[in-house]
Amino acid sequence: MVSSWQPVATLDVLRRRAHFNALIRARFAAQQVLEVETPILGRSSCLDPQVPSFELGTESGPRWLQTSPENHMKRLLAAGSGPIYRLGPVFRSGETGRWHSPEFTLLEWYRPGFTDRELMADVAELVAELGGPAVVSSARYGDLIRQQTGLDMHRCSLESLQDWCARNGLTGASQLDRDVLLDFIMGVHVGPALGASGLEFVVRFPASQAALARLDPANPTVACRFELYWQGVELANGFYELSDVAEQSRRFAAESAQRVQAGLPAIPVDQDLLDALAHGLPEVSGVALGLDRLYALLLNCPGIAPVQSFVWDNA
Amino acid sequence: MSSYSTNQFKGGLKILLDGEPYNIVEHEMVKPGKGQAFSRVKVRNLKTGRVVEKTFKSGDSVDAADVMEVDLQYLYFDGEFWTFMEPKTFEQYTADANAMAEAKKWIREQDICTVMLYNGSPLTVEAPNFVELEVTETDPGVRGDTSGGGGKPATLETGTVVRVPLFIDVGDKLKIDTRSGEYVSRA
Repeated sequence: MVSSWQPVATLDVLRRRAHFNALIRARFAAQQVLEVETPILGRSSCLDPQVPSFELGTESGPRWLQTSPENHMKRLLAAGSGPIYRLGPVFRSGETGRWHSPEFTLLEWYRPGFTDRELMADVAELVAELGGPAVVSSARYGDLIRQQTGLDMHRCSLESLQDWCARNGLTGASQLDRDVLLDFIMGVHVGPALGASGLEFVVRFPASQAALARLDPANPTVACRFELYWQGVELANGFYELSDVAEQSRRFAAESAQRVQAGLPAIPVDQDLLDALAHGLPEVSGVALGLDRLYALLLNCPGIAPVQSFVWDNA
Repeated sequence: MSSYSTNQFKGGLKILLDGEPYNIVEHEMVKPGKGQAFSRVKVRNLKTGRVVEKTFKSGDSVDAADVMEVDLQYLYFDGEFWTFMEPKTFEQYTADANAMAEAKKWIREQDICTVMLYNGSPLTVEAPNFVELEVTETDPGVRGDTSGGGGKPATLETGTVVRVPLFIDVGDKLKIDTRSGEYVSRA
């Protein structure tokens, strides 16, 4: 057992980590992607009930530790920043485990003019530059669900999904809605097998899981959202960003209603983001990549703790 | 009945699933970046020993199983049940053949055993890790042969047969590791 004062990562790992960060910064500098710093404490935060924020009381009222720099970065994009990236800490309350920590390091970047497909290629290139695998594949969300369960996620009945999940280890499945069941199938059954032989992108998420992605104009049952897996670990989540202020406003209202229903503390809607979208967000794709996880996999670590200088329990 | 939320899950917690008592062996959080979090557990059925995987939606709660471990003294066997006593309160408990499946091979009257009580009744009885038992039947000992090679069967006073070295004789007291069921040494 290491004493609490001591760092968890070895000094060698910390040097490797610094080197990875330097490679990332060099890559973005060469591509004229501007590094930006954004607030860690914001006047609003992510409203998604599944992405819980820490709240802090301050002399100016409540502030929230940011779960991602997304809203601030979109305000920069609306102000004409051009391509930008941020490498820094984000916070998600209650997330602890081998691959989770309430505080972790996220690399988030936005490329105006890129589609989600083009951004996926950009992500794969960046990971390869750090020594990651050159093999890249992609699979559609719906195909993965069908291969696992034999069910068509768009057409199958809720009961058939509940039934499959109940037979495959989920307790209380008959009480749960479609998205929770899909999360179970992806998270517990499909995800751990993804990216076994290289990087694997999951694409074409169901519209109900669009988050901040736009829907595919040619097929609005799916969203222009992707996730990246490697060795069964989810590394990144990217969107062809939603820029429609009315749609964004509706999604905020829906999430606020879900928060009320779930008895979660209220967080004010980010009016600044809505105003920025109203001003005009360029056509842009963005992605968030968990660096602790990526570095852990690059260095063959069995979880993120060995690549963190200090972990939640000795922070 | 008390209950546990998934965020209290940890190894060793005793929970009730479909009316059966389980012990949490392993616990892992499954959380997509965006989407529902789950608690994935490996649980051992305390009656059957079978290990299964279950997943709970984070925040769900599960009934606690009324399970506790106590040290009890073995008193006697009446042909059907084994009777134990709490040494301080003299409270008596009876264990059935299921609970005794392993322990009955090794224990003698007066032995102190770790007993898992479920709703107040013995669910499993664990013999002490090491017991000393007399040999009641074996081929005559070969003096001087301490090589340990080969060995032979020997019946102990509890009726259990173990493999012992050739030099062991009837009447010898042996130290046995009950977890492996193997001879350790002469006592």
